[in-house]
Amino acid sequence: MEPFRRLEAIACPLPLASVDTDQIIPARFMKTPRSEGYGRFLLHDLRHDAEGRPTGALSLDDPTRAGARILVARRNFGAGSSREAAVYALVDYGIRCVIAPSFGDIFAANAANNGLLPAAVAEEDAERLLLALESGLAGLVVDLEAERIEGAGEAIAFSVDPVVRTKLLNGWDDLDLTLSRADAIAAFTAADAERRPWARPRG
Amino acid sequence: MPYPRSAPRTLFEKVWDQHVVASRDDGPDLLFIDRHLVHEGSHHAFAKLREKGLPVARPDLTFGVADHYVPTRNRSGGLADAGVRRMVDQLSENARAHGIRLFGLDDPRQGIVHVVGPEQGLTLPGLTIVCGDSHTSTHGAFGAMAFGIGASDVAHVLATQTLWQKRPRRMRIAFEGELMPGVGAKDMALSWIARLGADGARGHAIEYAGSAVRALSMEGRLTLCNLSIEGGGRLGMIAPDETTIRYLEGRPFAPTGDLFARAAEDWLALASDGSAAFDREIVLAAGEIAPVVTWGTSPEDALPITGETPDPGRMADEGRAAHAREALAYMGLVPGRPLTEIAVDRVFIGSCTNSRIEDLRAAAAVLAGRKARVPGLVSPGSSLVKRQAEEEGLDRIFVEAGLEWVESGCSMCVGMNGDIVAPGERCASTTNRNFKGRQGPGARTHLMSPAMVAAAAIEGRLADARPYLEGRI
Ligand code: SF4
Repeated sequence: MEPFRRLEAIACPLPLASVDTDQIIPARFMKTPRSEGYGRFLLHDLRHDAEGRPTGALSLDDPTRAGARILVARRNFGAGSSREAAVYALVDYGIRCVIAPSFGDIFAANAANNGLLPAAVAEEDAERLLLALESGLAGLVVDLEAERIEGAGEAIAFSVDPVVRTKLLNGWDDLDLTLSRADAIAAFTAADAERRPWARPRG
Repeated sequence: MPYPRSAPRTLFEKVWDQHVVASRDDGPDLLFIDRHLVHEGSHHAFAKLREKGLPVARPDLTFGVADHYVPTRNRSGGLADAGVRRMVDQLSENARAHGIRLFGLDDPRQGIVHVVGPEQGLTLPGLTIVCGDSHTSTHGAFGAMAFGIGASDVAHVLATQTLWQKRPRRMRIAFEGELMPGVGAKDMALSWIARLGADGARGHAIEYAGSAVRALSMEGRLTLCNLSIEGGGRLGMIAPDETTIRYLEGRPFAPTGDLFARAAEDWLALASDGSAAFDREIVLAAGEIAPVVTWGTSPEDALPITGETPDPGRMADEGRAAHAREALAYMGLVPGRPLTEIAVDRVFIGSCTNSRIEDLRAAAAVLAGRKARVPGLVSPGSSLVKRQAEEEGLDRIFVEAGLEWVESGCSMCVGMNGDIVAPGERCASTTNRNFKGRQGPGARTHLMSPAMVAAAAIEGRLADARPYLEGRI
């Protein structure tokens, strides 16, 4: 995974609360293999009418915001399902950072596993960013090392789980870290079989 | 003693501590995973494993269930939809390739993963259980630590049988007192979520406690824990007790004989110590809970059926008012009208939230000898639940009322198999998510208990189930 340090990019305001995973990617698209790309599914039903025509309702479809890599939303972004496809849709579209007052826990974990930064800001700061973007501000700078957002007047502090931060800064993948601990897992398994002999499924 | 037992600990901490394989200085613990459940949607994770050339570390602890995409009608004739067929076949192939036991489409034990796990005794107290589905929290009803994970983490568990996790904070939600007749676990869940918000328990492991929780059957506890994620909780748990142990005895994958006795002793010892501390505690009066329905597009948009649609003009918080305005518009509702005036187009009884035998019995108690004014689907939680319901004659009650009795699967909860609510249609549903488009593009979902869905079917609008239950429960 590519390390994430400082991102300077076009940002899109998404002034909605509780943008859940079913809105980020409707279930019907999830049969698609990832290799085909998920970017075109991002927030599909909020951006298209019943016939599948783009409505231009979201700033994502504003031509002046083409190439956006940052999204700013209201509270509880990514609530709901564990579908990592929600993160794939964002990442394949080009988004590398979502700024919001709060995130669904599973969404935030999935984001970190795909190099997407969930940056949590105070509710007032989210409103300030939304207002600035909707009033014409084009882009923002997200500095993960300093945990700071610049570009909309006074710098705004954001918080991110320290574990997620380390992972993103280094571009680490959990799996490689864990595979090097095979001995500890084997030792645990042996001791656990003594401790909880009933824990193995019968049959 | 393998574990120091110094300070008093909560149920959650006891189970967590028993699973720590290693700890990292910056916080997370590497947890051993006792059960890993996979379904058709896990294909991304299997692809990742293939990419890395890794085998499944513990096929003996991994179980596959076909549920998210399975059709609920005409199963024997082969699967008509090519996309759906590919999803179901892919799961079978992955299970076969990795030696994973599969409850597939033709298995008599097939059903929704969170119904099958408990039913088969795969879910036991004190276990860590993960699945690529957020409602894995359901299994916490047994005092297991169960939570949903995304595809990268599914791949991680497949490859290592472990997962790095940061310890969530501890929260207790206690329901004290006695529920009124006709009020159940679904109403308890929607009530606390309405009160605390859809992100109210974010970052927390919830323990449900109190006399009203103790009094719940396993079915009710499963419903309560199922909805933990809808309030933002990482997981929900209930301490194992006699109800838990009685339920587990004789289940196919549960221990037997002396081993069961030993297990039961360990399980009962998991209860939170009397003086254990929680980071957050909420106490709710069970007796004040009325049957609840949702009016909006988030599970927190819930109100007693006796109430009215909210008025955004009277909300102090601009963010909330904006959400309410938007939700009412999507739902096609106006502010300040009685909820019982809302006409529905169809009903759905099913999903891992409310499709177990007790749920079907509750709906049937309302519907017996009555007719539904609107069409609807009843999809039992598992093929075994379906068989039991048919033995009890519940299927006939549904069919005679005019509802369709179909096979088991996720069905209209998520619409992946083609069972969807048409655009603009309104559905009274026993599921767990009223998100925009959850039941199909443009679908309008009202969440409620099985008895309440049955009452809505009879009246063709949202209705209080209690009068229909009089003399029947
Ligand atoms: S019934 Fe719905 S919530 Fe439950 S596992 Fe299936 S899709 Fe998920």
